[in-house]
Amino acid sequence: MKEVTAQIACLRVIQAGPLALIEDGGRFGVRHLGVTQSGGADWVSLRWANWLLGNELDSAALEIVIGGGLTLEAESDATLALVGADLSAELDGEPLAPGASFRVLAGQRLVFRQPRNGLRAYLAVPGGFDVPEVLGSRSATPRERLGGHAGDGRSLQAGDRLSWHGSADAGRELPSAASAYDTLTGDRLALVLGAQIGHFSGPSLYRAFNTPWRVDDRADRMGVRLVGPSLQCQLAGMVSEGIPLGAVQVPPDGQPIVLLNDRQTIGGYPRLGALTPLAAARLAQCLPGQGLRLVAISRAQALEAHRRCLAAFC
Amino acid sequence: MKECPRIELTAMDVLMIRLFDAIDEANMPWVMAADRALRDAFGDELIDLVPSYTTLMLHYDCLRLEHGQARERIERVLQHLEPAGTELGERHEIPVWYDPSVGPELNRVAERAGIAIEELVRRHCARDYYVFALGFAPGYGFMGLVEESLATPRLTTPRRRVPAGSVGIADRQTAIYPLLSPGGWNILGRTALPLFEHARRGEPLLRPGDRVRFVSIPRDEFVRQGGDTTPLEEAR
Repeated sequence: MKEVTAQIACLRVIQAGPLALIEDGGRFGVRHLGVTQSGGADWVSLRWANWLLGNELDSAALEIVIGGGLTLEAESDATLALVGADLSAELDGEPLAPGASFRVLAGQRLVFRQPRNGLRAYLAVPGGFDVPEVLGSRSATPRERLGGHAGDGRSLQAGDRLSWHGSADAGRELPSAASAYDTLTGDRLALVLGAQIGHFSGPSLYRAFNTPWRVDDRADRMGVRLVGPSLQCQLAGMVSEGIPLGAVQVPPDGQPIVLLNDRQTIGGYPRLGALTPLAAARLAQCLPGQGLRLVAISRAQALEAHRRCLAAFC
Repeated sequence: MKECPRIELTAMDVLMIRLFDAIDEANMPWVMAADRALRDAFGDELIDLVPSYTTLMLHYDCLRLEHGQARERIERVLQHLEPAGTELGERHEIPVWYDPSVGPELNRVAERAGIAIEELVRRHCARDYYVFALGFAPGYGFMGLVEESLATPRLTTPRRRVPAGSVGIADRQTAIYPLLSPGGWNILGRTALPLFEHARRGEPLLRPGDRVRFVSIPRDEFVRQGGDTTPLEEAR
C-alpha cells in the first residue's frame, strides 16, 4: 500500500564525496550515436533498492561510490531504501545497514564514510529522483557530460538539492531470493567466450581461467583493469568494432580490461569474451586489490542464470 | 561483400556481424544497407545496433527473442542484402578555420608530407570523407580516408584538453571533437558547428554513412559563425 507523502520531497547535499551519480537502468538505443550505456553499474542492487519502495525497478537512484564523507540532509520526512555496498552509513550518527528501507525525518543527516564491504551503494527514493531524461535516460555520465541532476553528467556537489514527488510502498523486505544474487560475495566471474578466443595462445587460455586475477586501482565506471599473468593474442591490428557490456579485452601489454557501463562504444582490442550482466555487476562492487577468477560458461547457462535472477524481482 | 559474412557470438545477448576484414570506403554502402535492414527486421526486439568500419554489433532483447531466432533473422537479412545507394547518407559541408593557433599540428603534418600549409589545407578539403562510425564521444565521427600523403600517426603523448570543434587527423582518418576532451590526434583547425548540442538531442550532425567535405574559411568568417578563437594550448 502506498503511503501518502508531501508533494515534493528533497535531500540537500551538505558535503560531497568522491563520486555520487544519479543512475537508472541505462541509456539504450543510442549506441550508434557514440553514446555509452551508463546506468547503475551494480544494476542488481539498484533494482532491489527500487523494489523495496515499490518503484519501477529501473527508476533513477543515487549510486554512491566509496562514500568518503558524503553527507545528505533530508528536508522532509520520507521512506528511502539503501542496497549494495556497506559504506559505513549513519543516520544522525546511528549505523544504517544496507539491504532495507528506512524512515528519515526532516533535518536528519545521512553520512557515508568508507567501504566495509563492496564499493557502490544505491539510495532509492519514492518514485525515483526528479531529473530530466537525456536521450531516454536519467543516468549521469561525467565523461559525456550527459544526464544526472545537473543535466551535465557531473557528480553531486555541496549545495545540490535532489528532489522527488512519488510515494513509497510501506514495509517491504528483501525476499530470501535476493541473497542468491548477492553482488557483494563470490570471487568467480562468469564469462561467455567470444569468437576471438581461438587467437589466444594455449598457455594464455589456460592461465586466463586457472590463475587468480587481482583488481587494479585503475578501475572506474568505464572499465576495470585486471592484474595477473600476461595473455598473448596473435590477432594484431584489429579494426574498431562495437564493444558489449562486460567485454574482457586484452591490449598488447597482456593485462585484461573489463569494460563496464561507461565504456567507449567502439574499440579495437581482441577479447576473451564478455562477462555475464550479473558478473559485470559483481565486478563493479570489487575494490582494488580484491582477487577473483574468470569462469567460462555457455551462452545458454548465462541466459538461464540471468532469467532466474530477473525472476527473483517478481 | 564477402562470400560468407560471419555471425559471431560476442556476449550473452550480443552478436557481431562481420561483413569485411579491412577498412575500405566501398564497405559503407553495404554496412548502411545492413544497418537499415536489420533495424527493420528486429523492430523493438533490437536494443542496440552499432555499425562500424567492417562490422555491425547487434544487441537483441534476450527475454523476447531466442538466440537461434536472432541468428536466423540476421542470416535472412544478409541473404537479400543489396548495397545502399548514396541517398541513404547525407552530405555535409563543414567550414573550418585552419590556423596554427587552433591547429598546432598544421606544421607537423605539412612537414611530414613535404608540402606547404596551404597545400595541406587544399588536400584535406579536396575529397569527400565517409563517416565510418560514431564512438569515443557523443557525435564523434570517425571519417576517412585521408589522402595517403597526409597520413600522420597520433601524438606520442595525448593532449589533456582538445577544445570542442577541433578537426584532427590520425593516420588516414579525420574527425571533429564534439566537446572538450583528451585526445591524441593531429589538430589542424576548428569548426564553429555545435556538434555536441546536436548529439545531446539525439540528432547528431554526422551519422555513419554520411559524407563530409571540409571547406576552408578565413578567421572573420569563423568568428561570424560564432567560433571560439581561443588558441588550443590555452583551452580550459
